[in-house]
Amino acid sequence: MPKLLLLGDEAIAQGAMDAGISGVYAYPGTPSTEITEYIQQSKQAKEFNIRSLWSANEKTAMETAIGMSYAGKRALVCMKHVGLNVAADAFINAAITGANGGLVILAADDPSMHSSQNEQDSRFYGKFAQIPTLEPANQQEAYDMTIYAFKLSEKFGVPVLLRVTTRLAHSRAGVERITIHKQNELRLPSDLKQYILLPAIARKQYNALLGKQELFRQEATESGNNEYMDGPDKSKGVIACGIAYNYLVENYENQKVPFPVIKISQYPVPKEMINKLYESVSEVLVLEDGYPIIEELLIGLLNKGKSIRGRLDGTIPRAGELNPKIVGKALGIETSEGFELPKVLTGRPPKLCEGCSHTDSFLALNQSLDNYSKGRVFSDIGCYTLSALKPLESINSCVDMGASITMAIGAADAGLVPSVAAIGDSTFTHSGITGLLDAVNNNSPITVLIMDNSTTGMTGGQDSSALGKVDDIVRGVGVSEDHIRVIKPLRRNHDENVKVFEEELKYEGVSVIIARRECIQTQARRMKEKARLKREAEEVNS
Amino acid sequence: MKKNIILSGVGGQGILTIAATIGTAALSEGLQLKQAEVHGMSQRGGDVQSHLRLSSDPIASDLIPEGKADLIISVEPLESLRYINMLNKETGWLISSMNPVKNIADYPPLESVLDEIWKLPRYVTIDAEREAKDVGTVKAANIVVLGAASLFLELKYESLQAAIEQMFRKKGQDMVDLNLKALKAGRDYAQQRT
Repeated sequence: MPKLLLLGDEAIAQGAMDAGISGVYAYPGTPSTEITEYIQQSKQAKEFNIRSLWSANEKTAMETAIGMSYAGKRALVCMKHVGLNVAADAFINAAITGANGGLVILAADDPSMHSSQNEQDSRFYGKFAQIPTLEPANQQEAYDMTIYAFKLSEKFGVPVLLRVTTRLAHSRAGVERITIHKQNELRLPSDLKQYILLPAIARKQYNALLGKQELFRQEATESGNNEYMDGPDKSKGVIACGIAYNYLVENYENQKVPFPVIKISQYPVPKEMINKLYESVSEVLVLEDGYPIIEELLIGLLNKGKSIRGRLDGTIPRAGELNPKIVGKALGIETSEGFELPKVLTGRPPKLCEGCSHTDSFLALNQSLDNYSKGRVFSDIGCYTLSALKPLESINSCVDMGASITMAIGAADAGLVPSVAAIGDSTFTHSGITGLLDAVNNNSPITVLIMDNSTTGMTGGQDSSALGKVDDIVRGVGVSEDHIRVIKPLRRNHDENVKVFEEELKYEGVSVIIARRECIQTQARRMKEKARLKREAEEVNS
Repeated sequence: MKKNIILSGVGGQGILTIAATIGTAALSEGLQLKQAEVHGMSQRGGDVQSHLRLSSDPIASDLIPEGKADLIISVEPLESLRYINMLNKETGWLISSMNPVKNIADYPPLESVLDEIWKLPRYVTIDAEREAKDVGTVKAANIVVLGAASLFLELKYESLQAAIEQMFRKKGQDMVDLNLKALKAGRDYAQQRT
């Protein structure tokens, strides 16, 4: 088969389909979104009936995948790094129940926080759950290791974590496909009690997991995914994890590194291989596109051995992604420089689109808050977070999915009344409903603005689980009918909308204002698709 | 053969189309390719960039090392300057449209932006929108810039033409022809000035 030019994400998606998955479960999150989109748009997925709808959040996605694995079939779960926080309860316990059908969790990390609140390193989660973790360095490896991950999962009966970072997820290169595996048959676990985590059973399962740890390490030694490459210059040894390996070899002519190198792409790391390196060199440089996990492991608490260099001793900046220059500097290589950036350069930050409904919502909110002190708008994650910037400067917080409503409750409890929460429709069904329930049960004097543009906008306009359901959910949770207001955020409705805000801000109980207008990007795409289908139908008829 | 290219512009200007065209052409010549993109902000008027690496040998890093970019191809003049710290001081070329996208309140005076470009030792600046309008539509401005850059890509012109044909085939022969004209217009312009 000819090589395909695929993003790292797409290579994972293709690998999963070729591995014979029966389903992919995910919530959109940069830089993982493209994996599910690729599967949703693929002919292969349609032909083989691979289910691929978006889930309400990463926890439901993870649990649904566990269900498919329980029934004997292969499932892929995809999320960004912070999404794994949402899925964590299910994720950690999936290691205890074990996997029946292959279960692979893809976590896409974002060092340098290109579009995230932090740069947490998902490899910690692999260690925390005590399951194998794979970290490909390039697009071909991403494809190969996805297929291997499913085999590994079924070999040891555990979920497997697959970790990538932005620069691999969103970079394109040639990928060669191998054979396509058939999907599994429906087949329940041989032990129909293993998924019941009552303490007596959980203890048995946990001990079984502990018993597999050495097997995982042995597999990491023998699989070929961790590679020892000797070098003549023993003044230094280099351990490079995942994509960091590329930056290492980039710095040398013909990719020939003079030092002994270990390329790490599978955890837990092989002890003998690392010891062999350690013993043969004077000092070790550890390169990781993320936290200094292996670096810290080698240093230990007391740092009594040879010099281990990396992020912790300043050889590499403590925060941020790696790149060829940073790694070159760490190796003591003269790095090149380009031209000096001119002073005339001004920033061009992303902003809300011309005509976005959020602008109109926030203009109305801003005006209604004119007579109140500043600092009382708690917001959430989505396009509307951009309202923090000029000229709107409408919001004061964005912490994690759903925190807008719950922070408003806490602030109101502390006396900040009224408190306002601003949340999108997809974020609302992701994790805002439980917060609203708390607010109702608490009778909190808060005003919740649900900005319903009927899409998951920031990540590219994926289907929102909330579509058509917001009003009923709000009613069902118990918000009083008189204080559920629906407005259309448009310039011409501004004065009328300001009045609605002002009335509800005065109300000392839970108010929900649903500002509803379709995202203009989603609308444009929908219209374009409609027109295209119409043209095609006309051509068929003529 | 080794070519490190940085593509830059504002979201929506068709930078990824340029990347895909070059990529398709490079693949047809049996070259290796890595292309790192920036997603998500493109619909929101922010700056976007792509690192595109072509080589006859395997490519390691997806990111171009600082100071090693052979080419900056930009569809917006301010954005062309944003990555000159990546440009090879001894040999690098900057190819940019002169048409500004003024979607920020503090966009500097265009002359000061162009002055900075014209301080560089090797550049081609082109009124891409005018050239594009001349061949049929301002939307082809990105292909005009690609045409100007084609002199420096070390790819066969026929490969680029075939790539255009492949990319725009679905939109009909008229679109293919228009974009081929845009490609040529940019190339002719650059040829006259270098």
